[in-house]
Amino acid sequence: MSAHTPVQRSRRRRRSAVPYALVVPALVALLLGLGYPLVWQITTSFKKFGLAQQFGKPPEWVGLANFSALVDDTTFWGVLVRSLVFCVVTAVVTVVLGVLIAQLMKAVGRVTRLVLQLSMLLAWAMPVAAATTVFIWLVDRRRGVVNYLLDLIPGVHMNRFDWLARPGTFFLVASVLIVWMSVPFVSFAVYAGLSQVSGEVMEAAELDGANGWQRFWYVTVPVLRTVFAIVLLLQLIWDLRVFAQITLLQDAGSRAGDFDLLGTYVYKLGAAANDYGMASAVSIVVLLVTLALSWVYVRELIKEDRAR
Amino acid sequence: MNGSKTGRTVRTVVALAVAALWLFPVYWMVSSAFMSTAVLRQLTPHFFPERFTTANFRGAVADGAFFRALVMSVTITLVVVAVCLVFAFLAAVAISRFRFRGRTSLVLALLLIQMLPAEGLFIAQYKMISSVGLLNTVLGVTIIYVAAVVPFTVWMLRGFVAGVPAELEEAAMVDGLSRFQAFLRITFPLLAPGLVASGVFAFLQAWNEFTVAVVLLPAEKAQTLPLWLRGFVQASATRETDWGQVMAASAIVAIPVIVFFVVVQGRMTSGLVGGAVKG
Repeated sequence: MSAHTPVQRSRRRRRSAVPYALVVPALVALLLGLGYPLVWQITTSFKKFGLAQQFGKPPEWVGLANFSALVDDTTFWGVLVRSLVFCVVTAVVTVVLGVLIAQLMKAVGRVTRLVLQLSMLLAWAMPVAAATTVFIWLVDRRRGVVNYLLDLIPGVHMNRFDWLARPGTFFLVASVLIVWMSVPFVSFAVYAGLSQVSGEVMEAAELDGANGWQRFWYVTVPVLRTVFAIVLLLQLIWDLRVFAQITLLQDAGSRAGDFDLLGTYVYKLGAAANDYGMASAVSIVVLLVTLALSWVYVRELIKEDRAR
Repeated sequence: MNGSKTGRTVRTVVALAVAALWLFPVYWMVSSAFMSTAVLRQLTPHFFPERFTTANFRGAVADGAFFRALVMSVTITLVVVAVCLVFAFLAAVAISRFRFRGRTSLVLALLLIQMLPAEGLFIAQYKMISSVGLLNTVLGVTIIYVAAVVPFTVWMLRGFVAGVPAELEEAAMVDGLSRFQAFLRITFPLLAPGLVASGVFAFLQAWNEFTVAVVLLPAEKAQTLPLWLRGFVQASATRETDWGQVMAASAIVAIPVIVFFVVVQGRMTSGLVGGAVKG
């Protein structure tokens, strides 16, 4: 910041069309790919699509009827609550494990740390389609290694247990998959942040008799508060968009409504039932939840940016 | 951390166990991919492939579907990377080299937009693309991908452009170069690593994308590699799965990504938590 003297600042602030011309291509791309669909979606959420519209009749304006139908729809509330619980539980588990593993990276020797970081990096790099496919194979009912290993425990009978056929275990597998994919990012981000924690302060706290937990709570957490907030918010935002994982797991398991989260629910409303009005209304709920979280994220990010 | 010897050993053992746990699914994919169908069909899993076979890889790519999907994925990815880099580079220069009205709002908007989930808009995008007859085409999916990838690419490149001091450019201008020449000869070469990192980021996004592809590329002949892989999973619901082949297919999709990912990992983390941002 100090590199910019007032003179330079004022010179760069001169009026010019150049910066506007430079942002035009990116803006046009955004308006085309996101702006137009967004406007279509907002207007469509106020329209009714029924059987007649599938035969070409233009949809009629119904005001907030789609949204009030949603409020009364128990299926929608079921999906919304399930998605939010799934998102919060998965995100919190991810962040807790990620922070613990970051501390572990800090606490071990160089070689061990490299081994740990390399395996985290490989897991992180897996494309979502490949990772989900591998997990389907791991929990395969007949020859999956998970059932085989659990079956070895005396008194546990997991042979042919179909993880993806019951909603409870289906979402457990989905959650473990997403935690596995997401923890590396949290660990690397927090590990990078830990270098901001002064070693001297740590040592002083140790001399004063603070135990490991106290040192973490009273020294590390205050310094890394923003980093923790940012990674938690990112996880919450990302764990709302799990259409890919849920769709692939449904391919191998069940497509019934009990296995839906918001993404697959919207897809079924729109692509399968052609009920674009309701699909748009649910999409807007998804966007509003994400925007609310994103707004907090962007605020934290700017705070972090200023602190540097 | 205190240095008692047992404490250190315990920590090392725990760290190695965590490493093994996280590596296991990747290892299992690779090891299954090299095992023969006969070995995989046994009820007791084998933890190491005793006899390596490449039959699964040959089987997975045997029909034309793989190469069709490969061509589709490569084409879409190359177009998205090229377009995103050009558009994002121009916008990043505007944001970090000029002060202009609306600059702060633009940065805020970009940050918010990159958070929008595909599933919040994909039905609308489907209607838009199908109404202009671009379903199952490279162009249709590219329009949506570019819009999804450009915001973070701008954000990432902005950090790199800001990292090259404007004073270098100004010194060159004192030596008689025009502003444009100074930018081209001085700043641009210094940006190469940033362009590579952002390009790889765009590559990863386009190559791995699944959600929008499901909606916009429903035809089998228009599948990208992730959709091609999905075909194996869908088939597994109705008939005995050849897991060796499925894991070989997964490895084929994953390996280019793993290689590129290692290149940009550091930059992506810092971009998301703020470190790539200066000035």
